[in-house]
Amino acid sequence: MILYLLKRLAVLLASTAVAAVAVFAFMAVLPGDPAEIALGVNATPDAVAELRKQFGTDRPAVAQFLDWAGGLLQGDFGTSYVTSSPIGPQIGDRLGVTLVLVLGGMVVALVLAVPLGTFAAVRHRDPLGAAISAASQLGIAIPAFLAGILLVFVFAVQAQALPSGGYVPIAESPGEWLRSLLLPWLSLGLVQGAVLTRYVRSAVLDVMREDYLRTARAKGRGSTGALWRHGLRNASIPVVTVLGLQLATLLIGAVVVERVFVIPGLGDLLLNGVAGRDLLLVQGVVMVLVAAVLLINFVVDVTYHLLDPRLR
Amino acid sequence: MSRRTSAKANRGRMNAGLLAGGALVALVVLTALVSFFWTPHDPTLVDAAGKLREPGGGYLLGADKFGRDTFSQLMVGARTTLYVGVVAVGIAAALGVPLGMAAGMTPRGWLSELIMRVNDLVFAFPALLLAVMLGAVYGAGTLTAMIAIGVATVPAFARVARAATLQVMVTDYILAARAAGRRRGAIALRHVLPNIGSMLIVQASVSFAIAILAEAALSFLGFGTRPPTPSWGRMLQESQELLFSTPRLALWPGIAIALAVLGFNLLGDGLRDFLDPKLRRIRAER
Repeated sequence: MILYLLKRLAVLLASTAVAAVAVFAFMAVLPGDPAEIALGVNATPDAVAELRKQFGTDRPAVAQFLDWAGGLLQGDFGTSYVTSSPIGPQIGDRLGVTLVLVLGGMVVALVLAVPLGTFAAVRHRDPLGAAISAASQLGIAIPAFLAGILLVFVFAVQAQALPSGGYVPIAESPGEWLRSLLLPWLSLGLVQGAVLTRYVRSAVLDVMREDYLRTARAKGRGSTGALWRHGLRNASIPVVTVLGLQLATLLIGAVVVERVFVIPGLGDLLLNGVAGRDLLLVQGVVMVLVAAVLLINFVVDVTYHLLDPRLR
Repeated sequence: MSRRTSAKANRGRMNAGLLAGGALVALVVLTALVSFFWTPHDPTLVDAAGKLREPGGGYLLGADKFGRDTFSQLMVGARTTLYVGVVAVGIAAALGVPLGMAAGMTPRGWLSELIMRVNDLVFAFPALLLAVMLGAVYGAGTLTAMIAIGVATVPAFARVARAATLQVMVTDYILAARAAGRRRGAIALRHVLPNIGSMLIVQASVSFAIAILAEAALSFLGFGTRPPTPSWGRMLQESQELLFSTPRLALWPGIAIALAVLGFNLLGDGLRDFLDPKLRRIRAER
């Protein structure tokens, strides 16, 4: 197990390093010189050269990369060419908002999917079980941002119960913070919940066919008791994998949902960065998102090994 | 209900899923094809007098804030959706299938390891991030969206192709072909590819649904199809500010996206059941 963990950790570190090279190389081919962009069309060549020196963009690409990557290791993302403010703290602030959004969405998805999926599996011959399956199929077909727009229409336009957008920090007003996040959480959670419901149903159905569950039932445990005691841990193995993959999907889905609800998260920062041609900022945000996806995959793989003794 | 009748009913439902998916996909394809020859109005024609026109009088679903006919826009939007889906899935299959097959045919070699590690790395760059990066470099548009979605979907195809190839490689007919001295390339083309084809078709259908979602999201963010070419995602984005006054503008593209994705998902699921008799039996027993 420890050997596996070390090997997997090495893969994670290597992948992150290669990803950093890829992101840097990609942004390096961007047309346009940050110094020229910052100074505008009327700048003198001397002024551009001076600013280039200040930005460090006059150095060879390898030196720039090492500088950037070295900074990343210490949490320093550099200074924005456009706003001249340090990028790290901006990303830190926004990351917190996005994480709250993603985790809330995940909780909504789990709260919906585990009971519904299990119920749909146990009662798979009933019309209600079939109805849950059908509803989840429909839920998968609705992108999170569309769910967001529909929820805004129902809860903000029609019922006028919740705000249609905007974000209130928790320190300002915990109640308003909650109200501002309810619809975004639901938008992300309903759709992912639909996907997850199908996997939970399928996993529980598979487990229900296993011999050990039949044995447990034969030993006098009720079917619910047998499923609870022996089935759910086994059913959780494929579900954990999907959950991890979904966490990555949620992270990216959050970028779009932040746009729908005007929430100042990482996605908002990224899109504003692209619009303002703030390249170093875009580079930093992309790197954080990619590293997050790699980290999630790592955690999923390790959890998978912990849950399934057959893999050890 | 006896187990047997239930199995029959289940099989009926599976077929119903395949049929419903096929019908929805056919509807989208037909709409896109018809839009080449006919739309009720010019979908890009701006008409200030017809701004936010209510449905009726030749405008089946009304008009948007520029007076453009919603129904015509939906029709041409279907074309955009399919175009992006076909090219993106084509890129993903063209790159992912040979890579996955190569990895599956040399399971213990360095090549396999390299391919799968690169695969994992590409997997960490979701379509949206790739599109944003490509958009920043080359400018946002349908082409960059298609490439981004296509490249991001390569790992899915490579994984499926690898898993299916691994299964095929241990069969007797591959052993026979190898014993007969056939070259790897010939084995791949004549024996492996035809036998993993059904899995790839299923993957294509599922990936198509994901491509539609990705295109809609990208267009919604302004990183997809550029105006004036109609796209469902951008129709949604344009409708958002009018949600309080004219919610129907969001309703129609929303329904179109959901139905198209539902169609391809159902088709994929249905094909999987239809093409894999073993799975069909297991499902039927449930």
